[in-house]
Amino acid sequence: MTTIIYIALILMAFGMLLSFIRFVKGPNTADRTVALDTLTTIGTAALVLLGYMFHRYIYVDVALIYAVLGFIGVIVIARYLEGAL
Amino acid sequence: MSAMEIIGAILLLIGSAFLFLGGLGIYRMPDTYNRLQAGTKATTLGAMSLILGVGFLEPSWMIKTLIIIIFIAYSNPISSHALARANYKRKHFPLILHGDVKEMDAYREVTEKEENKEEKK
Repeated sequence: MTTIIYIALILMAFGMLLSFIRFVKGPNTADRTVALDTLTTIGTAALVLLGYMFHRYIYVDVALIYAVLGFIGVIVIARYLEGAL
Repeated sequence: MSAMEIIGAILLLIGSAFLFLGGLGIYRMPDTYNRLQAGTKATTLGAMSLILGVGFLEPSWMIKTLIIIIFIAYSNPISSHALARANYKRKHFPLILHGDVKEMDAYREVTEKEENKEEKK
């Protein structure tokens, strides 16, 4: 069971690393915002998995709040790019 | 290992593989709209599958993980739609190779026709 959790965490770490590279060097603001959205989603899943790994129930609540805040941030940036804010 | 743990482990591996593919698509795709497709769809499936796998592994957490899954299923398509719409309204049109024509956008022709009609009135 521990091996499977480590494999999942390593795969998610590589996904976060690749999208972070795009977040740093993306050509314009929309690319960076897409990479931020992906980072937020992978981070939510990673928090839930770490909560299972460390047997801490509070991490699930943190993951829920992180998902809500990331969603609101992406919506606000999209409205700003559109020129409506 | 009980049956619930085996189902949870399989869902965990599927979810993490799709999350990695989402990150790879973000890095490799050539265009903002392609990146939106790869990044949002793959990570939605991956995160839902992985969180459901944790719910199977720890059955007392099932209700809260289902709440997170429902929230991700609502919020991810909305944010990707808002981003694509904002990028389109900034005049960053999608680039598509179509024979010799490098830029083809069916939706723009429709909107330009509608704008011309409004100007004639």
